[in-house]
Amino acid sequence: MLIGIPRESRAGETRAAATPKTVDQLLKLGYAVTVESGAGAKASFDDDAYAAAGATIADAATVWAADIVAKINAPDDAEIGLLRPGAIVISLMAPALNPDLVSALAARGVTAMAMDAVPRISRAQALDVLSSMANIAGYRAVLEAAHNFGSFFTGQVTAAGKVPPAKVFISGAGVAGLAAIGTANSLGAIVRATDVRPEVAEQVESMGADFVKPDVAEGEVSSDGYAKEMGADYAEAAARMYADQCKDVDIIVTTALIPGRPAPRLITADMVATMKSGSVIVDMAAAAGGNVEGSVADQLVVTDNGVKIIGYTDLPGRLPTQASQLYGTNIVNLMKLLTPGKDGLAVLDWDDVIVRGMTVAKAGEVTWPPPPVQVSAAPAAAGAAAAPAVKAPKPPPDPNKRLMWMAIGALLFLLLANLSPSPFLGHFMVFMLSVVIGYYVIGNVHHALHTPLMSVTNAISGIIVVGALLQIGHDNKLLITGIAFFGALVASINVFGGFTVTGRMLQMFKREDAVR
Amino acid sequence: MNETLIQGAYIVAGLLFILALAGLSKHETAVMGNKYGIVGMTIALAATLWLATKTAGFDALLIIAIAMAIGAAIGITLARKVEMTGMPELIAMLHSFVGIAAVLVGWNSSYETAAYPAIHDVEVFVGVFIGAVTFTGSIVAYLKLSAKMKSAPLVLPARHAINLGIIVVFVVMTIVYVLVPHEQMFLRQLLLGIMTVLALFLGWHLVASIGGGDMPVVVSMLNSYSGWAAAAAGFLLNNDLLIITGALVGSSGAYLSYIMCRAMNRSFISVIAGGFGSDGNVVGEAKDYGEHRETSAVEVADSLKNAHDVIITPGYGMATAQAQYAVADLTAKLRARGVNVRFGIHPVAGRLPGHMNVLLAEAKVPYDIVLEMDEINDDMPSTDVVLVIGANDTVNPAAQDDPSSPIAGMPVLEVWKAAEVVVFKRSMNTGYAGVQNPLFFKDNSAMLFGDAKERVEDIVKAL
Repeated sequence: MLIGIPRESRAGETRAAATPKTVDQLLKLGYAVTVESGAGAKASFDDDAYAAAGATIADAATVWAADIVAKINAPDDAEIGLLRPGAIVISLMAPALNPDLVSALAARGVTAMAMDAVPRISRAQALDVLSSMANIAGYRAVLEAAHNFGSFFTGQVTAAGKVPPAKVFISGAGVAGLAAIGTANSLGAIVRATDVRPEVAEQVESMGADFVKPDVAEGEVSSDGYAKEMGADYAEAAARMYADQCKDVDIIVTTALIPGRPAPRLITADMVATMKSGSVIVDMAAAAGGNVEGSVADQLVVTDNGVKIIGYTDLPGRLPTQASQLYGTNIVNLMKLLTPGKDGLAVLDWDDVIVRGMTVAKAGEVTWPPPPVQVSAAPAAAGAAAAPAVKAPKPPPDPNKRLMWMAIGALLFLLLANLSPSPFLGHFMVFMLSVVIGYYVIGNVHHALHTPLMSVTNAISGIIVVGALLQIGHDNKLLITGIAFFGALVASINVFGGFTVTGRMLQMFKREDAVR
Repeated sequence: MNETLIQGAYIVAGLLFILALAGLSKHETAVMGNKYGIVGMTIALAATLWLATKTAGFDALLIIAIAMAIGAAIGITLARKVEMTGMPELIAMLHSFVGIAAVLVGWNSSYETAAYPAIHDVEVFVGVFIGAVTFTGSIVAYLKLSAKMKSAPLVLPARHAINLGIIVVFVVMTIVYVLVPHEQMFLRQLLLGIMTVLALFLGWHLVASIGGGDMPVVVSMLNSYSGWAAAAAGFLLNNDLLIITGALVGSSGAYLSYIMCRAMNRSFISVIAGGFGSDGNVVGEAKDYGEHRETSAVEVADSLKNAHDVIITPGYGMATAQAQYAVADLTAKLRARGVNVRFGIHPVAGRLPGHMNVLLAEAKVPYDIVLEMDEINDDMPSTDVVLVIGANDTVNPAAQDDPSSPIAGMPVLEVWKAAEVVVFKRSMNTGYAGVQNPLFFKDNSAMLFGDAKERVEDIVKAL
């Protein structure tokens, strides 16, 4: 089947749905790829590079008539008209917000797959563009902030005076938030972050930020892996926390989004008014209404008190090469899923929740929204966590009881000793002491030497040969000598074999300097 | 020249054996330790030979020489020939020799008249019993390790009752044996014979009901048994050297088994009673873990090139694929590029305590980059790439996350904390414990299917 990669028609779009590298991977899956001339120009991939990777370069009409059309932005009405009925079209679609688009695609009779409707389950991560784009956006958000911020991020002591490090506050520790934390941290800033899900604190800290949370013990995970709106008490405490942070920090990056809903309003105009002049806010949710009061989508707004609020919605597109590569790889991973035979034939497995979830229109019908997928492990984990709590910790052994057992043991032994002849007890003494020595000698053996240790003890326990030797020729009985002969033979195998193999092994253990 | 000289020689030999074991606790002193052992053995043998010649004449010496020459030839050939991957089998087989020797010595000794017949009779019984259990147990362990027998645990109904029953019968028979007068030769031999057969069966059954993954414990347990067998023979023959040596080996082997059990978070009893998880129900099979991600040798080579810190965690799969040389090659290549490569070894990786260390040493991996689980676990989060080569249960996060898992609570290598995990595996089959491994389905892990050796070689080529 032929995959077409059209040039993006939306103004300001810099990305392409395939790069020379991903073209190569698509070819390996058995597809043919045709790329519209100039499709990758803004992402620094020229036509020649695509051609060199094995794609054909064609005009718009050819590309749009392909069996599968993969692009970044949803096709507009004119482009839908170019699609061949029965074709598969893959792009970002935001089906929840664009019911008209979905019905138009259904009416055209194409199969439409929304890259932004991938279910949030582990195995779908490889094709989740929301994650891959959020990663880039989070990185870029911090760079935009740094670009508009009048000072260093990192603290320095210079001959010209001391520079304090910038304080960065990041709201929402999803993919974008974590990427932003990492970037800000690597620039040397003091980073704090918050999230309504308390369990992400560990991830936040692993990226090098301090986790701050509202002064209320509450927090939930919804069953579909996204955050959801919170209760009133919590909202109040959260507002207090944001107000406090605004007074203190230089940079704020907000990433809070709730799918299918307007973005939550986290920072009010009053809070912004308390910020220092020259501070920068990047509102990554500006497209969905904004987390920050006063942010405007796609614009940089400067407030009366000199705070810059950045509402760019094209943050991933500002890194077009990288974004195209990641988006293209997401597409490749989707095609891998659709092409189990690696034969260039796309198969829609309707029982696969990923395929089902992404497909918003098929054979003239609107198939959005899909049946809900329960993916989060949270409820199951809660059940599992409850189980071990029932098991009471083992009570420590009662020292009196132990003493009692020891006394009984000693008494029994004394009784036995009373009945035993003295040579036996002499041997027993030797025996007990050796047991204790053996225990202590082995106690601090290096793990790595367990095998040689075992083979050497093996060789040593071949000492039983002594027993057999002393029986040979004893009483001149042929049977006894015969048995003893055999005994001596096998025990000797042990003695000689054990020592030899130990020696061989030990020869191999070498320190680094000895190897070089 | 008299008896005390011999006793003195035995004491010296005993001391040398203690030094030998003590020497083996460190790399630096290990070679010396082995030499102490050899010297001790030589002294003990020389003294014994002298004693044997004195009591039984030069004919005996000739017989002894023949027996030992044959034994030495077989032993040295075996030791020279053995592949390091075949080490567990060899050691299991060597244990069986001690076992059979103990049985033979015990039987022989039953014909002797002793100063304290009751004690002597008990000693014969105990010696033969332990020897026989060691013998068949080791044979079964050998067969399982060399894949000549299925390594799955044999689960007979009422297997605990069988084991316990045999031990009770053994105690009763010992008492009867002591009470039967020495003149009734036939009855005594019959008793001894029945007991030997029972003990042989017990040894077979004990090990047959333990699965392949518990083999490190089994092997060190048999090592311990072989020591006890030698000690029993020492009591039998009034020979302190045998007692010292046997007790040393016995207690050290038991302690080693205990270390192994602790590494698996299981009680010693539950391991030797056999059947991993067969008493509990294996859960989680029906659970949907999602889908694993496959990767290629080229991609792995790519991420290795860009890595600073790499940890390799090998398991039994590396031994079966004989991949240790390829792994060593890869390690050398990466280290030449300035990548910090280290190995993380789980205490029960492989089929023998310390098995992985021996294999890596064979392939000339310097031992100071081969670290224990406890030494390396804290470094996992700062590691770029972890290569899991043929290990499964020892890297299973379920041991920590899932309290209902059969391996819950077992200390494991926390490889999933690294930025990227590549799992070398032949297929998606479960590990020895029969537990699915959620590691394979984590977002940061990728599967590289195929023969571990070939895959590693592919990566080396791609580098």
